[in-house]
Amino acid sequence: MDGSLGRGTPRRRKLDLANGRVDLSHGSGGRAMEQLIEELFVSAFANDALDRRDDNAVLDVPPGRLVVSTDSFVVSPLFFPGGDIGSLAVHGTVNDVAMGGAVPLYLTAGFIIEEGLPLSELKRVVDSMAAAARDAGVAIVTGDTKVVERGKGDGVFINTTGIGVRRDVVAPSADRARPGDVVILSGSIGDHGIAIMSTRESLDFEAPILSDSAALHGLVAAILDVAPGVRVLRDPTRGGLSATLNEIAGRSNVGMLVRERDIPVKPAVEAACELLGLDPLHVANEGKLVAIVDPADAGAVLAAMRAHPRGAEAAIIGTVTAEARGLVQLDTTFGGRRIVDWLAGEQLPRIC
Amino acid sequence: MKYVDEFRDPALAANLAANIRAAVRPDRHYAIMEFCGGHTHAICRYGLEDMLPDNVELVHGPGCPVCVLPAGRLDMAIDMAARYGVILCTYGDMMRVPGRDRRSLLKAKAAGADIRMVYGSLDALRIARQNPGRQVVFFAIGFETTTPTSAAAVKQAEAEGLENFTLFCNHVLTPSAISAILDQPEAGTGKVRVDAFIGPGHVSTIIGAEPYEYFARHYRKPIAVSGFEPLDILQSVLMLVRQLNEGRAEVENQFTRAVVPGGNQKAKALVEEVFELRPEFEWRGLGTIPQSALRLREPFARFDAERRFPVDYQPVADHKACSCGDILRGLKKPADCRIFGTACTPETPLGSCMVSPEGSCAAYYTYGRLRAPERQEA
Repeated sequence: MDGSLGRGTPRRRKLDLANGRVDLSHGSGGRAMEQLIEELFVSAFANDALDRRDDNAVLDVPPGRLVVSTDSFVVSPLFFPGGDIGSLAVHGTVNDVAMGGAVPLYLTAGFIIEEGLPLSELKRVVDSMAAAARDAGVAIVTGDTKVVERGKGDGVFINTTGIGVRRDVVAPSADRARPGDVVILSGSIGDHGIAIMSTRESLDFEAPILSDSAALHGLVAAILDVAPGVRVLRDPTRGGLSATLNEIAGRSNVGMLVRERDIPVKPAVEAACELLGLDPLHVANEGKLVAIVDPADAGAVLAAMRAHPRGAEAAIIGTVTAEARGLVQLDTTFGGRRIVDWLAGEQLPRIC
Repeated sequence: MKYVDEFRDPALAANLAANIRAAVRPDRHYAIMEFCGGHTHAICRYGLEDMLPDNVELVHGPGCPVCVLPAGRLDMAIDMAARYGVILCTYGDMMRVPGRDRRSLLKAKAAGADIRMVYGSLDALRIARQNPGRQVVFFAIGFETTTPTSAAAVKQAEAEGLENFTLFCNHVLTPSAISAILDQPEAGTGKVRVDAFIGPGHVSTIIGAEPYEYFARHYRKPIAVSGFEPLDILQSVLMLVRQLNEGRAEVENQFTRAVVPGGNQKAKALVEEVFELRPEFEWRGLGTIPQSALRLREPFARFDAERRFPVDYQPVADHKACSCGDILRGLKKPADCRIFGTACTPETPLGSCMVSPEGSCAAYYTYGRLRAPERQEA
């Protein structure tokens, strides 16, 4: 015996991405975890900050103010028509940063993975996330991985934190709407919620409806180009358009009057809502935004939005009023007027 | 959207509203009860009350299945889930209804009970198939519209030999509730006045329009069986105004595109095979009504959750400030309740009428609380 431990460094078998599953060792802090991070995450997300392999990322930041947002994603199922939890985790947080009027630059990603998740599914999620981040021009610069026992999670949960920078002149906020302002919506509502609902096992319902999950910072940049003083930018996610408008009405202490006939709803979404007894105004979106602008800017903003692929169907849907403060009212296509309320309770859990 | 827009045409609506205005006699009041919660919801959602003359009053009836289910029956469902560890499958509307001591299915689920929201009895059957080692209870509620699907689920479970599926039957009967409204002590005192009924649409697709003949003849109340689109309801109001003007009391069918004479024979036969009348059943607001609800017949006893998972029934008094009972009987409007929109909201309902979208209070709160400005939130 020469005292050596073998024939050089042990050769490690590569992750079995075709048939392997996540097990508890992948979260233990040992070699298996390092291997998972190396072969799956670092290779997919590759960028300078991540490649340093530190427990932190050191970032260059252009002048302006930092805009930060965090969001956790627990959507079920992990893969749905038009997207998956990976792309959603990028789009959702990128959009929250963008709604602050900022250019999103960096993302962090935390994964809570359930023991037993096929590595092939995890890889699909990670690849989708990497592609979405690339498309959005943001870098995933640091992350974390934990594994929980089977039954203590549901496949994978993802948390992302987004960091962006905005120019000092820009300051959209939900409390800045004023009577007379114009409400503009970037496109049809309800696509994401109905797409998810169509996949749920308890609903024998198949609609050719894709989630609208998409990054909106390009559209925001187009709006800011023509109207840096835009008052409010919001993406109507959970709770749908009604929750977003109600929140703005409450925070700005104004009323809102919107016209049902001007709110774009795809016929398939409308039909699904009719069938399920849902109001499209309450159904979630992941790739739409509401812009509230000074009436003098409305024409230019609408034109800029329509010229952008994410805003081709943009429409002016209503105005901000001084009456009925805190409430959103709707002129129905039928000719009546009613309140649009917050959704009480959950329409469907875990849509994002 | 095709087949929907046609029934929501603003020009036709204006035309119907004008016809109603032209038809009403200025010297009288028209109190028309829409029995069905679906109608209440549509009336509020489309703002139909604004389109009617002042002397046409819509009185909201008890036809919301979630609203009339007494809290004691809800407690039984919670107890079944908690005590026997069953998978309890329920319509989503039931989740937030308050039971005894403000318990609810939502809270029971959070406390560990296995409670799952489903869209219908067939979803519950599938859950039973997927969980052969677990007992699955379907919390069946509703009027005649949903009863056939419950009957079909029991028959299907029998055919498949699904021994882990049972039904907690709370199905109730529309004609019994109409009787209770017309026979209540306040009926003759002027506190509650109903001149005519907008008859249930979906219920009548099953039972037909014939069961209402008795009310037209015996109580001299005109009835128009109506669809649920706003134009349907306006047309039904016009039909009833004309009947009242002419002193007629007939059953008319506005919903001819769906309600056929005799109803759905196949569905009725299925219900008859699987269910029998209970001697009596407690209704929220209306009290105990004889022969007003259904239970499983003896040959289907093994699919009866009440027999397989016995739990006690204890009547529960409504919250003392809650007016749901009076509202369900047409004695009060939601805005007459002193906790409407203050202590009782859709987020924190004290009464069942505030929970279901078909409940009068929820419909008023969601769509029309501007019309009751004195009750508006600060």
